[in-house]
Amino acid sequence: MNRATLDLWVGIFVAIGLGALLFLALKVGNLGATNVGETYLLQAKFDNIGGLKVRAAIKSSGVVVGRVSDIRFDPEAYVAVVAMRVDTRYKFPKDTFATINTSGLLGEQYIGFEVGGETEMLKEADFVKKTQSAVVLEKLISQFMFNKAAEEPGSKKK
Amino acid sequence: MSSESGESLVKISDLSFAYDSRTILSGINMEIPRGKVVAIMGASGCGKTTTLRLIGGQLKPSSGEVRVGGQVVHELDSDGLYQLRRRMGMLFQFGALFTDMSVFDNVAFQMREHTDLSEQLIHDLVLMKLHAVGLLGARHLMPSELSGGMARRVALARATALDPMLIMYDEPFAGLDPISLSVIGELIRRLNDALGASSIIVTHDVQESLKIVDYVYFVSEGRIVAEGTVEEIKASKAPYVHQFVWGEADGPVPFHYPAQPYREEIMTQQAKVYG
Amino acid sequence: MAEMPNNSRLVRLISGLGNRVVNGIWRLGFASRFFLMILVYSGTALRRFHLTIREIYFAGVLSLIIILVSGLFVGMVLGLQGYDTLQRYGSSEALGILVALSLVRELGPVVAALLFASRAGSAITAEIGLMKATEQLSAMEMMAVNPIARVVAPRFWAGVISMPVLAALFSAMGIFGGYLVGVKLIGVDEGSFWSQMQASVDFREDIMNGVIKSFVFGIIISWIAVFEGYDSDPTAEGVSGATTRTVVTSSLAVLAADFILTALMFRGA
Repeated sequence: MNRATLDLWVGIFVAIGLGALLFLALKVGNLGATNVGETYLLQAKFDNIGGLKVRAAIKSSGVVVGRVSDIRFDPEAYVAVVAMRVDTRYKFPKDTFATINTSGLLGEQYIGFEVGGETEMLKEADFVKKTQSAVVLEKLISQFMFNKAAEEPGSKKK
Repeated sequence: MSSESGESLVKISDLSFAYDSRTILSGINMEIPRGKVVAIMGASGCGKTTTLRLIGGQLKPSSGEVRVGGQVVHELDSDGLYQLRRRMGMLFQFGALFTDMSVFDNVAFQMREHTDLSEQLIHDLVLMKLHAVGLLGARHLMPSELSGGMARRVALARATALDPMLIMYDEPFAGLDPISLSVIGELIRRLNDALGASSIIVTHDVQESLKIVDYVYFVSEGRIVAEGTVEEIKASKAPYVHQFVWGEADGPVPFHYPAQPYREEIMTQQAKVYG
Repeated sequence: MAEMPNNSRLVRLISGLGNRVVNGIWRLGFASRFFLMILVYSGTALRRFHLTIREIYFAGVLSLIIILVSGLFVGMVLGLQGYDTLQRYGSSEALGILVALSLVRELGPVVAALLFASRAGSAITAEIGLMKATEQLSAMEMMAVNPIARVVAPRFWAGVISMPVLAALFSAMGIFGGYLVGVKLIGVDEGSFWSQMQASVDFREDIMNGVIKSFVFGIIISWIAVFEGYDSDPTAEGVSGATTRTVVTSSLAVLAADFILTALMFRGA
């Protein structure tokens, strides 16, 4: 086989390899979506973040508008501080309500933004004031059991 | 460097070599004069090929030295050694052609590796070399398509590609039919004289090599046991040379591998089984 | 007298064991030195790149069929099995995530590497071993050409370059296979198949880590393959033994390296 044919084959080989990688990056991965756009930083304090992880989605009305970029513990206020990178295309009012939700019963946790009515918008590095912590399933269950136990005597009377 | 290079191209003095503790060569002295064809003969496994590898610098001697063109081979650094090897050609036992290249590319290999010659010039040179061994028409074949004798001739063309001053042949006659045999013998002599080179043939084929060489060394068990010109060797009465030249089964080189006498061997065996 | 054979057998066993250990360590040392020599003498392979391109053809292009077909089948099996499990939890639309993540993170690099080791690695070992057995390497040395630079290094780099390409193709083909079975055959919703996949496969964390893995596997397999060939006994059994060792050793090394890399990469997530 002469050198030109060889080069051609190897060229095709490398080209379809790159094509496969491009397919993985754009069609399979999220490179085309939220990662490339410009973002700005928002922060929020939560009493309890539950199982929230870095890179978790931030959704508003179910649309992904950003991702969690950092989670740290504030040793003075004893709360978790979550840093979020939000797409610059989306602005949120000052009284936006950030909650930690779970997709499905056992799914991943994400931050949901519920938009308030203020006209002033959140700017770079602002804190989202109103937050609601994650629902911890164990707490919920123990609360439920406790309530049930408290109800017991009453129900017997019936 | 030294003035003695004027006489002999290769000068081997007091050369010894051992693998681990097994002695292969001990106290070899040889000279290969310029323009001559010298044969090193001996039974299989007597250290002939080792001698070639020592000359080519692929092995390092345990003691003594090999001088090629005045340079001590084992003292050269790898650059010096590669410089020296460019002026050597070697024909390996079964040709050792590069199996993934055509005949043409095999012969062109060293020209492409070591020179900046244009493809056109290389083309002409390769055809010249192939013409010299009579294989001009075989240049497009792959080594797997060649007969043993043809492969040897291509290897010969490849070994002489850069017009070396020293050509070494490792068993050039092994496994060839009588016609190929004399073709190769003829070529070795002719190429040597045409190039003004010196040649060393390592072989155990006495009849064929005595036709073409100028001088013969006999090696047995790592030592030179006899040497001389072709006439001297043919006339020699030394028992080893006589046995070798006339191909007798028994003599100084025994037929039997060292063992207990057969009778004793049988008896002890029986004693074990029936005793 | 009666105890002697037992005793000597034990002694032989222990000394044999010790011998193997020492031999193994010796080979490891030589292999490491050989690796450095390949790097030192890589100049020719990179400067005269057509030497390497030729080897990419033999190692990479000729492995395409086996990689593409295997990738397709593995992806189709993942589609079937994944659907079977996921639909019990009513989350069959997560099939895309399952197929893509298992392929991109693990199966793509690892299975492609195992196939590469047996298809191309063994061929490289056999070729270099045969060149050694027929004195072609010696002849090259005598022609003042360094066989490590001329023969070994181009094959090594060809393997290193081919492996990530093959792994990416394997993953892409597998995802296509999963799509065929999941969406076209079973009828999982096409939109959620792709969108769920895109939402949870991260380019840097998942895809690039997979590429890094396959790159490391390429180095491991090519290194073992050229070393075994170069170190083989110059006989027919020597070469066949070396070929077998290449496949066994490099497969084990790939799996072990995969564990280490996975532990390093996905520790936090």
